[in-house]
Amino acid sequence: MSGAAAADYLGQLMIYAVAIPALVTLPIVVFGRWPNLREAATLAAAGLLFVTVLRALWLFEAIGGASVTLWEVFPGLSLSFTVEPLGMLFALVASALWIVNSIYSIGYMRGNNEANQTRFYACFAIAISSTMWVAFSGNMLTLFFGYEVLTLSTYPLVTHSGKPEAIQGGRTYLGLLLATSIGLLLLGVLMTWQVTGTLDFTPGGILAGPLDAGAIDGRMIGLLLFLYMFGIGKAALMPIHRWLPAAMVAPTPVSALLHAVAVVKAGVFTVVKVIVYVFGVDLLANTAEAGWLLYVAGFTIIMASIIALRQDNLKRRLAYSTVSQLSYVIMAAAILAPLSVVGAAMHIAAHAFGKITLFFAAGSIYTAAHKTEVSQLDGIGWRMPWTMGAFAVGSLSMIGVPPTVGFTSKWFILQGAMESGRMTAVAVIVASTLLNAAYFVPIVYRAFFREPPGDAGDHAHGEAPLPIVIALTATAAGTILFFFLPQLPLSLARQLMIGG
Amino acid sequence: MLALHFPALQVVLPLLMAPVCVLLRGARLAWLAALAISWVTFAIAGLLLAEVLIGGPLSYELGGWAPPWGIEFRLDAVNAFVVLIVAAIGAMVMLYAPKSVAREIGQDRAYLFYAAYLLCLAGLLGVTITGDAFNLFVFLEISSLSSYILISLGRDRRALYAAYQYLILGTIGATLYLIGVGLLYQATGTLNMADLAQRLGTLEDVRGVRVAFAFLTVGLSLKLALFPLHLWLPNAYTYAPSVVTAFLAATATKVAIYVLLRIFYTVFGADFSFGLIPLGSILMVLAVLAMFTASTVAIFQSDAKRMLAYSSVAQIGYMILGISLASVLGVAAGMLHLFNHALMKSALFLALGCVFWRIGSVQIEDMAGLGRRMPWTMAAIVAGGLSLIGVPATVGFVSKWYLIQAALERDLWWLAGLILLSSLLAVIYVWRLVEVAYFRAAPETAPTGEAPLVMLLPTWLLVLANVWFGIDTRLSAGTALEAAARLLGGTS
Repeated sequence: MSGAAAADYLGQLMIYAVAIPALVTLPIVVFGRWPNLREAATLAAAGLLFVTVLRALWLFEAIGGASVTLWEVFPGLSLSFTVEPLGMLFALVASALWIVNSIYSIGYMRGNNEANQTRFYACFAIAISSTMWVAFSGNMLTLFFGYEVLTLSTYPLVTHSGKPEAIQGGRTYLGLLLATSIGLLLLGVLMTWQVTGTLDFTPGGILAGPLDAGAIDGRMIGLLLFLYMFGIGKAALMPIHRWLPAAMVAPTPVSALLHAVAVVKAGVFTVVKVIVYVFGVDLLANTAEAGWLLYVAGFTIIMASIIALRQDNLKRRLAYSTVSQLSYVIMAAAILAPLSVVGAAMHIAAHAFGKITLFFAAGSIYTAAHKTEVSQLDGIGWRMPWTMGAFAVGSLSMIGVPPTVGFTSKWFILQGAMESGRMTAVAVIVASTLLNAAYFVPIVYRAFFREPPGDAGDHAHGEAPLPIVIALTATAAGTILFFFLPQLPLSLARQLMIGG
Repeated sequence: MLALHFPALQVVLPLLMAPVCVLLRGARLAWLAALAISWVTFAIAGLLLAEVLIGGPLSYELGGWAPPWGIEFRLDAVNAFVVLIVAAIGAMVMLYAPKSVAREIGQDRAYLFYAAYLLCLAGLLGVTITGDAFNLFVFLEISSLSSYILISLGRDRRALYAAYQYLILGTIGATLYLIGVGLLYQATGTLNMADLAQRLGTLEDVRGVRVAFAFLTVGLSLKLALFPLHLWLPNAYTYAPSVVTAFLAATATKVAIYVLLRIFYTVFGADFSFGLIPLGSILMVLAVLAMFTASTVAIFQSDAKRMLAYSSVAQIGYMILGISLASVLGVAAGMLHLFNHALMKSALFLALGCVFWRIGSVQIEDMAGLGRRMPWTMAAIVAGGLSLIGVPATVGFVSKWYLIQAALERDLWWLAGLILLSSLLAVIYVWRLVEVAYFRAAPETAPTGEAPLVMLLPTWLLVLANVWFGIDTRLSAGTALEAAARLLGGTS
């Protein structure tokens, strides 16, 4: 294949990656009455999507990048896809986990006799499609389109049960995400367009030119950074993190893939993209008005961990842990050292595998034992060894203990912080590691070392259904595997700083 | 040969067909006649816009009398665009009409509806096409009188009061306009707009001219329902039959805004209009007030039609905001929103018409469980609502994009922020509908089932237009930019 033909093909692959999950909604809806056929459609699409993304990765390694323009929306501003290392990594993680998550969903949704499963699978597919769209976006306008579709397509998933608390949660979810994206992010995007005349993601950033030319000053950079960082509500910087705990009313597979991986990662992914390709790392490093981001992220890490400590509801504790872990990525990017940016990219992948395992375990406990609170988990480890074993692995990854991939990413972030002399960041990481241990270790301890309560409405139960066990074992295995084989995510993460 | 007379035919055909409808009597025949004429005017509007965009402005001398003594019909990118909007909405609404009219107005009175509708269409098209300030008044009255009739056709007796209220306020508005035109005639001795523009150049300091400007501005502001002169609008939209609401909401106020643009930019010129007094600032304040107060009031409505009516007042604020910026980009954003808002509101009001057809009410309370009972209709309402909010890939997003760019171009950051903030109010009132329709269980006895296909199809055509023009902005934004450039470039 010649270079040009390969680039064309890579462009098509990106379109396929968006189209496959979007189009599978059709058979999902048509086969609504035959659940086995419907789920087969989801699984087939998930497999096909993963193969497509792998193929794209292989081509990307060979020719190093390609772009495809879809449609010119405004004069000089098109919807376009560009493949670059960070997007490739994000797409890989999300598409691989969609397969595992679909297996898990089948076990969970059937095990709990959930209603409206067709709507569930259809909305899920659309959410994955918009995630791929975000991952491959070639400019800020394209990304914004995908970002908003992702918000809207996950709303029916959050409110799936239709109960009053689900509606309330849905309000917080939609209200905060739309308010920040329309109120702040869109304004930031428009200001960028006004100043630079382009929204393309460009290595080195697009704001450096106008800054040198004197069209904007440091204050403007600070303002834009504020609009972007708080506009990207999905990254859950405090104080706009509240939508994430609110989203926990959703069925657990949604919390697992969307609110531990796709949606929140779309947020921090956008944050890293904006810092690297819109502002440019060098520009931010030389702008005094941009320094606050590190502290806000650090504050979020610590505060969210402290709140997590006090949560008895397992899913809420996991949600606050996610808020804290997301800010690791933001802080890593805000350190603005090459190594820490590599760590940020790595952490997107590492946290995905670890957190999805934890949510899978939470859903597994709910399905088998109907328990939702941490205080109910005494001795459950011996009844559900696979589930709680996987939970322990996920916890270790959150804390950052080897041999889990959470250690690898934390290592890079720490190194970057040390190298650039950001002692605040180092202190935050150390403190939060202790806090993480403080809210995860007791759960594992309870599960394995406490006696189960004798009566208390307890009923006999064993492990969760097989699909659930398969899924959470797979992701736990991945968490360990990537510790020993970090080459793939690492090579992509490195290209982000070097190839760019 | 025929093509030469398109500008005149555009007005004459619906005008002549109106009495024919009365003679035909039968509901079905009258509908067919109105439908045929609506689509013919739609086709002509498309041809005229194409001609104007390629070949430049068109002038048509009515009856062969040369202007400024005779009446001149004059088409450029500005009004050809508005003509297309009016004709397109008319064509869609007529496609939708028969079942809804039968239910809400009654078969026995249907021919009267079609006759009044055709008169209204003729009036609106005439206002838009004519190049003569007094002739404009005549067409304005034709459209207004027929719209009072259309509103009063509503089943609810409160429709009569609403029509009466509109009659009084509309007549005051039209009278103010007429006084303004009279003063201008006194000062210049001409009624032709192009001619007026030339002669007014030297008369800037004449008191009568300034007074005329004030009369024209206030009169038209009443007709276009600029806050706080919007009081006639909520009742009129709420109690009119669904088809009438959809048609008027998408066309009547839009045409009045067009006239205001003409008066500001073509007849008096931007320097006079915005230079003598801080009119730009006054309009900007009123527009922002409209955006916030009307949207806030919309949140608290219990009637879905009234809620959308208040939303219209807010949306008119966006259009006036664009105009108040007095820049090419601002006026373009205003005109673009004129087009886009017509698409949103016609789709939404037609969808509400479907709801009324099935359940006989548009009270938000009564819409419980409608997500299951009328899935396609509710999906259309959600899509239209998203467009109102301005979600990407809808026309609402395109409007906002240009409007904010226009604000940023003038370094008005706070204004850009306010525009975005007010659009979030739309999230609240749209989501009230969504929550009731999708999460609240319907009572056992509630009527269930989709509206007929002939109603759903035009509704969805408009919904799809919302998406299409949200992605393909060449026609809408392209024409709006060209029209704005023409308006601000001078009188040509």
